[in-house]
Amino acid sequence: MATVPLEHSLILAAALFVLGMAGVLARRNVVFVLMSLEIMLNAAGLAFVAAGSRWAQPDGQAMFIFILAMAAAEVSVGLALVLLLYRRFKTLDVDAASKMRG
Amino acid sequence: MLELLWLVPALPFAGFAALALFGRRLPRNATAAVGAGSVGLSTAAAGLVAFRFIAWPPPGEAWTQVLWSWIRTDGFASQVALYLDALSVVMMLVVTVVSFLILLYSVQYMAGEEGYSRYFCYMDLFVGSMLTLVLAGNLLLLYLGWEGVGLCSYLLIGFWYTDPANGRAARKAFLVTRVGDTAMLAGFLLLFTSLGTSQIQEILSLASSRWPPGSATAVAAAALLLGGALGKSAQLPLQVWLPDAMAGPTPVSALIHAATMVTAGVYLIARTHVLFALAPAVQTAVAVIGAATLLYAGLAALAQSDIKRVLAYSTISQVGYMFLALGVGAWSAAIFHFVTHAFFKSLLFLAAGVVILRLGHERNMLKMGGLRRALPGAFAAFLIGSASLSALPIVTAGFYSKDLILYEAWSSPAGGRWLWTAGLVGAFLTSVYAFRMVFLTFFGEMRQRPVERHGSCMAVSLAVLSVLSVAAGLIQLPETLGNAPVLTHFLRTALPPSGAAPAPAAMQAMLQIVAGAVSLAGIWAAYLLFLRRPEHAQDWLRTRASLAVYRLWQAGWGFDWLYDRAFVRPFLRLARANRADFIDGFAEAVARANIALHGALSQTQTGRVRWYAMGIAVGAVVVIALVVFT
Repeated sequence: MATVPLEHSLILAAALFVLGMAGVLARRNVVFVLMSLEIMLNAAGLAFVAAGSRWAQPDGQAMFIFILAMAAAEVSVGLALVLLLYRRFKTLDVDAASKMRG
Repeated sequence: MLELLWLVPALPFAGFAALALFGRRLPRNATAAVGAGSVGLSTAAAGLVAFRFIAWPPPGEAWTQVLWSWIRTDGFASQVALYLDALSVVMMLVVTVVSFLILLYSVQYMAGEEGYSRYFCYMDLFVGSMLTLVLAGNLLLLYLGWEGVGLCSYLLIGFWYTDPANGRAARKAFLVTRVGDTAMLAGFLLLFTSLGTSQIQEILSLASSRWPPGSATAVAAAALLLGGALGKSAQLPLQVWLPDAMAGPTPVSALIHAATMVTAGVYLIARTHVLFALAPAVQTAVAVIGAATLLYAGLAALAQSDIKRVLAYSTISQVGYMFLALGVGAWSAAIFHFVTHAFFKSLLFLAAGVVILRLGHERNMLKMGGLRRALPGAFAAFLIGSASLSALPIVTAGFYSKDLILYEAWSSPAGGRWLWTAGLVGAFLTSVYAFRMVFLTFFGEMRQRPVERHGSCMAVSLAVLSVLSVAAGLIQLPETLGNAPVLTHFLRTALPPSGAAPAPAAMQAMLQIVAGAVSLAGIWAAYLLFLRRPEHAQDWLRTRASLAVYRLWQAGWGFDWLYDRAFVRPFLRLARANRADFIDGFAEAVARANIALHGALSQTQTGRVRWYAMGIAVGAVVVIALVVFT
């Protein structure tokens, strides 16, 4: 079975991560920000899995399961916050919630 | 019985502590009993100790009582020890007796005053400190007493603190004496570092064995001690505080600023006379300063109209005589004059106090006059005091002490014609201003009627001091008049004689006749100028030049003006210029830089989540770049 070289999967993970980060930094809609965060998490998970397969260790997959669990929790809390944000400001723009400035 | 010595300073301190703690709650009688009684008991203890010392002298004519060890560290030890020798016996006796009489007088003098217990509290503290000063066996304890009397002087000059002028006078006294005290402390430290002990007697014996006469260290130490003595004893150029110190109650002036504290400088020099003998230049300076001061103050006293200021200048002048005696090496003559001066000057102050009190706190002599019928007791006391001050021949104590000083100034190897002449001119001035006071206050027409009478305690004090002012001369009769130098003989173990070759009796008699004649001439001049023909004195003041001289004398030769221009105003100007403390500027600059930095950093806290995320991302990139590329 042909194996995917580690470099390829890492390059893919990095590309995904940069895409996600660009989304976080560029999008103002909080739902899209959350989705971009998910992409970043998945990029990290991909890197773990690729590394686990490279050294034939189960740790990489275990870490990915952790990341999944954490992502689920994060999404549930995050969506609850999004709802509250929307009720309060009547918009989904994160820049509107900038009261806590120095 | 010598063991009672510790009680002598301890009793006034106990009185002070009792009044300080419970003074507010005690009735006035009890306050007076504690205040004067503690000093009375102390006087009795001093009398017993002195009797035992004189009748059965301890071995070596000196005795030390170590009370406890005060400070003991590596290389430095100081004990609370009292040292008793002939000099401290004399000082102790005079201080306790005069203090007791003055406190007795104060019981009635201060009766109408607010702060009655405060007054006695301070006075007891003063007496205790003064006794500590004269009995101290080491320099540290002496310094404690020295500063203690300075503190009490400050507190009592400003006793009537509601008048800001009194507070100013108190501060002036404290600051001017502080100038001298700083020099004295430096002198003590010099003695300690170069000789390694703080015991006075050890210092004296080590100094005479280690330092050759005229050595630089001895000269420096003696000069620094002289600085302290000049400040405390109000001698040129640190005399400006004493005339203003008259702002305090009159018994305070009598006790602190005439009889005891201002002579602390004389005591200090007599106590450390070995150092001054090792530094002939400084000793000459002492004599010259004394002579200059007695003339300066004598002339200034002539032009004063406030009776207490006359007495203050008179005190400066008489202490100048003591310095003259110390300067020519006549240590015991200085102590003799201290004894007689303590009696007659406190008598004069107390008698003046009666006049001031009975005239409703009037101090201006030009508004008094003709009081000899109305106040016969005060008149008699004042007359005796003035006679003793102006050294009326044969009958007064002042004659014997001043004559001894003049004789020593003439014959001592360190003396000379000039110093003697200065002393003689000073004696003339003394009798002029002393009898000017008498004539202006008690003779002539009555300008103001005295008011209510006071009790008998004041009369007792005046009577005892009058007797002492006359009889104290008997303790030291010159060769030509009885030849009984009891005091000099008693003091010989503590203070060596001046080393003058005894002059022939005819010479001595000659000097005495000259001194007596000068004193009588002064009284006669005062009689002519101020009683018989006051218009002559007025005529003299017509011309511009003489009026200017009179004004100059009245202002104490303008020393206040000079010091105000030379020190006080530049200092105040500097203080005002530096009101916004430039040292603070450095600290404030640090604070201001922090605030600016804090403001700049808080600008980055925009509250925008994406901005923070950007920060994290950039930071991560930078950290990774650092890890990868280095």
